[in-house]
Amino acid sequence: MWTLAGREFKSRLLLGTARYPSPESLKDAIKKSNAEIVTVSLRRQVAGDGSKFWDFLRQMNVTILPNTAHCRGVEEAVATAQMAREIFKTDWVKLETIGDEYTLQPDPFALIEAAKILMSQGFEVFPYMTEDLIVAERLMAAGCKILMPWGAPIGSGQGLSNPQALRTLRARLPGATLILDAGIGTPSHAVQAMEMGFDAVLLNSAVALAEDPPKMAEAFSKAVEAGRLGFEAGLLTPRPFAEPSTPVVGTPFWKKA
Amino acid sequence: MKILINGETREIAAATLAEVITVLGYKGDYFAVALNRACIPRSKQGTTAIKDFDEIEILSPMQGG
Repeated sequence: MWTLAGREFKSRLLLGTARYPSPESLKDAIKKSNAEIVTVSLRRQVAGDGSKFWDFLRQMNVTILPNTAHCRGVEEAVATAQMAREIFKTDWVKLETIGDEYTLQPDPFALIEAAKILMSQGFEVFPYMTEDLIVAERLMAAGCKILMPWGAPIGSGQGLSNPQALRTLRARLPGATLILDAGIGTPSHAVQAMEMGFDAVLLNSAVALAEDPPKMAEAFSKAVEAGRLGFEAGLLTPRPFAEPSTPVVGTPFWKKA
Repeated sequence: MKILINGETREIAAATLAEVITVLGYKGDYFAVALNRACIPRSKQGTTAIKDFDEIEILSPMQGG
């Protein structure tokens, strides 16, 4: 069990709900991933289009983390977060303030400003950020306890582009809850993040766009668990020389030269 | 009067935000409404007056990452 925003969870994998080939595939993927938290967004609603997806979410019995995906400025992001709270009755929000269309890189200035406003309104803000340490510190100064640094651009599957900076974040911010978000392409990327001591991992495309999303969801579930166990158990520090694993005492046929 | 709904101009006869929503045929609790980029809670939609060229966004849950 681990604690996120005062609530206990078993799984350290958070799953996005977009881009699945079918609703059945999404449903099976959520189950196989063991994820207890899923991300959703808000989009323009056509009247009479019904509440299908909302009904689907309610029957899945998962915790909902609404995002402000593709919001460009502070005003848009704050309004979208408030609208999400109105619908989902949750204070949680994954705050996205996109600064660049090509990389979907978060705009750190808008992010910090929007985070301040939303924290003052009682939101539990999960800011989607780059791996920048100072941005992380400013967000924490604004009251954020949870940070979501990217591994690589959204949907790119590149993995952890800047592992050294991510390690630095973990080392410098021991009190923060760090959730690696975006860019994960393979289960081994998730293992890598968890071994670094990240508290959790959030991913979407790697599962949704797999040939078999439920099976990939299961793979990620195991990867996140394995990576966490490895971190907790204490990893062997790499060294530049060999160190025999078999005891040298009593080596057969050995004699003094 | 002319108002912008989800980015499209519409001609609608209504005095309040709640009336606009009703006229447009929205029902239930699966959507949220913003007026000129400010979220208007359900409880205040009945008393929120609208005027020409107001911008209204009506959003509902969608798949997201």
